[in-house]
Amino acid sequence: MKFCYYPGCTLRTKAKQLDIYARKCLEKLGVDFEEIKEWQCCGAVYPVSKDEVATKLSAVRTLASAKEQGGKLLTLCSACHHVLKRVNCDMKNDANIRLKANNYLALDEEYVGETDVVHFLELLRDYVGFDKIKEAVVNPLKGQKIGAYYGCLLLRPSETLAFDNPENPRIIEDFISAIGATPVNYAFKNECCGAYVSTTQQDLAVKKSHKVTDSAKAAGAEKLVTACPLCMYNLTENGNGEVPVYYFTELLAEALGVKE
Amino acid sequence: MQKIGVFVCWCGSNIAATVDVKKVAEVLKAEPGVVISENYQYMCSENGQALIRNAIKEHGLTGIVVCSCSPRMHEATFRKTAESAGLNPYMVEIANIREQCSWIHKDIEEATEKAIILGRSAIAKLKLNAPLTSGESAVVKRALVIGGGIAGIQSALDIAEAGYEVDIVESAPTIGGNMAKLDKTFPTLDCAACILTPKMVDCAQNENIDIMTFSEIESVKGFVGNFKVQIRRKARFVDEKKCTGCGVCMQKCPSKKGKNEFNMGLNNRPAIYIPFAQAIPNVAIIDPEQCLKLKNGKCGLCAMQCQVNAIDYTQKDEIIEREYGAIVVATGYKPISLENFNEYGYDTYKDVVTSLELERLMNAAGPSDGHLVRPSDHKEPKVITFIQCVGSRDTSGCGKPYCSKICCMYTAKHAMLIREKYPNTEVHVFYIDVRTPGKNYDEFFRRAVEQYGVDYIKGMVGKVYEENGKLMVQGSDLINNEQVVIPSDLVVLAAAIEPNPSVRKIATMVTASIDTNNFLTEAHAKLRPVESPTAGIFLSGVCQGPKDIPETVSQASACAAKVVGLLSKDKLKCNACVSHSDEMLCTGCSVCANVCPYGAITYVDKEFRIGGGKTELRRVASVNEAVCQGCGACTVACPSGAMDLKGFSNKQIMAEVDAICKR
Repeated sequence: MKFCYYPGCTLRTKAKQLDIYARKCLEKLGVDFEEIKEWQCCGAVYPVSKDEVATKLSAVRTLASAKEQGGKLLTLCSACHHVLKRVNCDMKNDANIRLKANNYLALDEEYVGETDVVHFLELLRDYVGFDKIKEAVVNPLKGQKIGAYYGCLLLRPSETLAFDNPENPRIIEDFISAIGATPVNYAFKNECCGAYVSTTQQDLAVKKSHKVTDSAKAAGAEKLVTACPLCMYNLTENGNGEVPVYYFTELLAEALGVKE
Repeated sequence: MQKIGVFVCWCGSNIAATVDVKKVAEVLKAEPGVVISENYQYMCSENGQALIRNAIKEHGLTGIVVCSCSPRMHEATFRKTAESAGLNPYMVEIANIREQCSWIHKDIEEATEKAIILGRSAIAKLKLNAPLTSGESAVVKRALVIGGGIAGIQSALDIAEAGYEVDIVESAPTIGGNMAKLDKTFPTLDCAACILTPKMVDCAQNENIDIMTFSEIESVKGFVGNFKVQIRRKARFVDEKKCTGCGVCMQKCPSKKGKNEFNMGLNNRPAIYIPFAQAIPNVAIIDPEQCLKLKNGKCGLCAMQCQVNAIDYTQKDEIIEREYGAIVVATGYKPISLENFNEYGYDTYKDVVTSLELERLMNAAGPSDGHLVRPSDHKEPKVITFIQCVGSRDTSGCGKPYCSKICCMYTAKHAMLIREKYPNTEVHVFYIDVRTPGKNYDEFFRRAVEQYGVDYIKGMVGKVYEENGKLMVQGSDLINNEQVVIPSDLVVLAAAIEPNPSVRKIATMVTASIDTNNFLTEAHAKLRPVESPTAGIFLSGVCQGPKDIPETVSQASACAAKVVGLLSKDKLKCNACVSHSDEMLCTGCSVCANVCPYGAITYVDKEFRIGGGKTELRRVASVNEAVCQGCGACTVACPSGAMDLKGFSNKQIMAEVDAICKR
């Protein structure tokens, strides 16, 4: 099975670790992947206006490229995954968006939502399998108490994202167990970090990120893992500073023995 | 040649607003065989029926077509009309131009054309109708009530009071149902046990009532007036006739880790137990999952202690068969599972409880003897937060789309009782809407707010989490337009209610229909609310839809009145539209008998002349007309076309189809 790897803009700038370690892990795990050709920005924010088309076009272009390259679209950044998956859903189910997007893009072949959008964590769970990962681990992170931080974008809206139970997810906990560490459950693992409000109303973002980091600390977490560059920024810059935050790919690379 | 009368009903404006009824009557008058065609505002009214009667007599009609509402509504009415004018009731055909035409179309021209086509189709069928006479069958004068909660108890008592025998079959070891678990009841706050247990005793003492607890319905055969029911009496390992309910066995039992079902699992009970002090029957039962003797053969203490030798470790399930004239379904409800509501932390935090669990925590016979303490540390809670609509009015797919109806009132009751007994306790209630229609209900709710100072917050809760030993309830206050977090000691979830899961199986067995939420469907939502569309099946209590105790009791009594009405008849007219087999075509293949849900088809060996003075013996199907319900399954299944249904013959149906397709 082939995967078309979509890094997205942030992974080339602020979130290089998320990208670098992901590729190393894919190679180590023997996953067949190639980068999407001439990829561009996902659109960054999913527009909530029902009739908005223009800002969805770049996502459609990426989705159509994956279809052309004949693989599933593999994402890493929570925000990219969120936008791509929701736009794909529109292309499948919303005749108005589908018609207008295809009219704009005039692709060789009409795109009607054929591509499967798979997040890296879903790849680990559903295509590689956490059992297989456990076997591939050479450097288990024994004794480390790690809290999973999901944020909002991977889980909601749950019918569309269909990622995990939106109120009590466990995929990252299962991932943490697979790499030999101990997952720490805490109440705010699926609450918002503050997101973009950080740029306009930092005190609110501070409040939100503190809630998350305080709750994780109180539950005994020594570090947090996330898949989202924006969550990483908020929890690090606006959190309590007592719980370091890592990208999940970095810990996976460490466990698989491919971290430099 | 038949002389057919056509009668087109306006149904006020229900039909006439969308269908040009005069034109329909005019066009149909030109159909061959039609001698009179009339239209009238309300054909089902006395005047409308008189119009039909007079026309039958005046024109010597041999059959009539009524273009009106669904035959489910008024076929019986017009058959009676025809009969009273001397016409065979099966020479009546209904063209449904309301539900299947006027109600679903907007364009008058199109609807009128369709009404004419439906009328033609009914005329085409009527031309092939033959007069039918229905047989009679005797009525077994005994009723079965499935479920022994307050609904089943009330139905059984009323039927028994009218002089008929009635059996209650209850799956739990005691009757009493959910109501037995309640502390007090709204809106009068009288104690549930004080008003329920005397009724339970009445059941036990009534000579006409036979109670079978820890029993399940295994199979149901037959039809209205003549049901044959197999009942599985599950092994309780205690002889019900010998046990005196002294309770010594419970004290001596060394295995005390069974979850106490009656207390919602809030404490434990021994492996041998009596569900609660007022259980009916007051007889012990052994839980085979917990009993050391049954699990590994070691123990036997209870048998040694029992003075009357009631313990029987070798007891097996027993299946008994009984006959009934009517069946009451009173299977009740259960609170929904909260697995889809992780945000409230029910599985995570011990002090998040359901309302039914709170009933037990407040009940004098409950695990804490009525002293309200929280389950985690047995301390008195100082701040209690209620969350309403947990899974009710939920369109997300996690819960139920309907309103569970009882939660607003019982939450107000809980809040009031707590403020009354523990005035220093702070009580908050999160709600979407407070719905309190009912006699003295809104007054009751207002008392909770105004007199008892319960803090009602309009808004839903997003999350319950623990912080510094407190349960933090995070929600929105829509009236003050702010986010609130209430540090609480106890959180109570008003979980939605759903029909008891056993109802699906029972509905299948008695061929009663259920809706998408598994509630049993009534024959008519307004006019026949306690009957199932399946004859002889009656609905009592929450199995039909959410309702509180006063409503349940009313419905249970209404249901009993319907059952008594049925049982008071000595004979019932059978369905005349039964199937029959053309012996010359039948090959005796058994396909029809295999698909018949009523067991109406048997096979006989018959001699047939085959020419040349010779005969041969052939196996052919024979239909018992008293048992056949005319469902038509056999006519569809029969590979040689030998099976046909009177009143709905293959020829008649093809004639209808031809009439519809003909332009």
